Amino acid sequence: MTEHTVPLTGAPVSRRATALTPPPAGVWCALPMILLFLLGFLGPLGMVVLYSFMPRGSFSPIGRPTLENYVDIVAQNFHISFGWSLWLALLSTAILLLVCYPLALAIQRASPGRGILITVLIVAPLFVAENIRLQGWVLFLDKAGVLGGSLQALFGWELDSLVNNVPAIVFGICYIYLPFMLFPMLLGLASVPHDAREAALDLGASRWRLFRDIELPLAAPGILIGSLLCFVISLGAFSEAKFLGKGVIVTIAQDIESAFTFGQNWPRGSALSVLVILIAGVAVFLAMRQVRLENLLGRR
Amino acid sequence: MESSLLSRRLLALYLSLVIVVMYVPMVVIGLASVSRSRFFVFPIRRYDLKWYQDTFDSLQIQDALWTSVSISVVVALLSVLLAFFGALAYARFPWRGRSIYRQALLIPVFFPQSVLGLALQLWFNSLGVTMTWQATIFAHLVWIAPIVTMIIAIQAYGYDSSVEEAAFDLGASRWQVFRDITFPLLGPGIFSGFLFAVLLSWSNFSLSYFTSGADVTIPEWLYGKMIGGYTPMVPAVGFLSVLLGGVALTVGLLIRARLGGRR
Repeated sequence: MTEHTVPLTGAPVSRRATALTPPPAGVWCALPMILLFLLGFLGPLGMVVLYSFMPRGSFSPIGRPTLENYVDIVAQNFHISFGWSLWLALLSTAILLLVCYPLALAIQRASPGRGILITVLIVAPLFVAENIRLQGWVLFLDKAGVLGGSLQALFGWELDSLVNNVPAIVFGICYIYLPFMLFPMLLGLASVPHDAREAALDLGASRWRLFRDIELPLAAPGILIGSLLCFVISLGAFSEAKFLGKGVIVTIAQDIESAFTFGQNWPRGSALSVLVILIAGVAVFLAMRQVRLENLLGRR
Repeated sequence: MESSLLSRRLLALYLSLVIVVMYVPMVVIGLASVSRSRFFVFPIRRYDLKWYQDTFDSLQIQDALWTSVSISVVVALLSVLLAFFGALAYARFPWRGRSIYRQALLIPVFFPQSVLGLALQLWFNSLGVTMTWQATIFAHLVWIAPIVTMIIAIQAYGYDSSVEEAAFDLGASRWQVFRDITFPLLGPGIFSGFLFAVLLSWSNFSLSYFTSGADVTIPEWLYGKMIGGYTPMVPAVGFLSVLLGGVALTVGLLIRARLGGRR
């Protein structure tokens, strides 16, 4: 792998001497966003890493570095909440792949105008705070909720509460993150040329062959980006477990929050965050090696 | 092609089902907000608008509303400003380092928001920044400005840069080109970006929760009540928030349709 050192910018080496000329317009335009990235993302993450090596319960990032927080994490069964978070993220990503693919196909086959309307309808719930929507599901699924109450009133069926269990949490995560899977998938499917589809069908390809040999490879970048987005964001799932699970399981995001708040142990919260950041980082790195985001959004 | 017709019907049915499911919680919230009883029981026995009256009378909620609105408007304005230039750097100008810039830009979006919120809290604490709604604006920008940049960049990809060159050739100044060509051509993208930013900021919970200190936004107020004890004001405030967001989205999309352009 070390042989593979293509310069990222692709700029010829002879242009090193540009330091004397004023930087091009692109640099000036990018500067505010770069500053935001450094001060709002890399800085805070660096601080988290720094704190994770501080002694237990310290409130300053300056001190003798130690590994005791990581040792504590291993010793104190935090692998359970890590396991739950990873499992929830993987499971809901897998479910969303299956749920969203036919959905994306249906939207793509609709006429352009209807396609946009449907997309807006599915994406619009993103603009409602997730705790409102989760509360809505609780009131729907709970014992005397809309579902149970209707069944009781109509058929006299007694329905037990459908919340406060793991499947409810998985459902909540899938519901909340569905648009994040659907949208990149739509972009991916839109890059499958209509001619390629027609040609395959004319040559006698079955629906399955069409899917396997034409659609899937061409739409793969979109599908991969959607999966990555869902996986990484749901790794931080927090409200879902709180409202729909009511404590049946604890996710890693909840552990981190309580370390920072009730626990008043910033270094421990930081060390836990570092582990989440590592998992997310590996996932992003692996996916980004396969696909470049700009190819998905750029000129077609 | 009979099987194709059947599969088409099935797909359409599936699509409608998903759309219905997406809106179930909003409908339930609406129902719960007009039920008189202290705890929600379905079917509703007595309807009452009392909880809306309480909501409008509450000073706490007025404060939260004001905080939420201020944050989302300021976030949207600043995001659009940052993103406009960010998008030009992304899509229009070639420069060294652009490829890294393109890859790094969206990383804050591909990140668990609760962890980002806590990291920002730690960061502000260490730098001695007092956390108020201004800190929340910054936190929202970290997440929203990259999204707006992408929205405007898509628009920037879609237009022909030779128009700008022609204007330069005809003797237009840099400012004239910007004012008469670049800005109007990117207009629809800028507007979409603004709309997205307002709505994403309006509905955000994780980043606000960890960075706003003593200030409370509407989603935070709701969260506090949901944890600390349910009151029917929760669905009332929630439903009003849904309505406000819905009106903003509809008006925005109508304006956007008049502007034309890609997507």
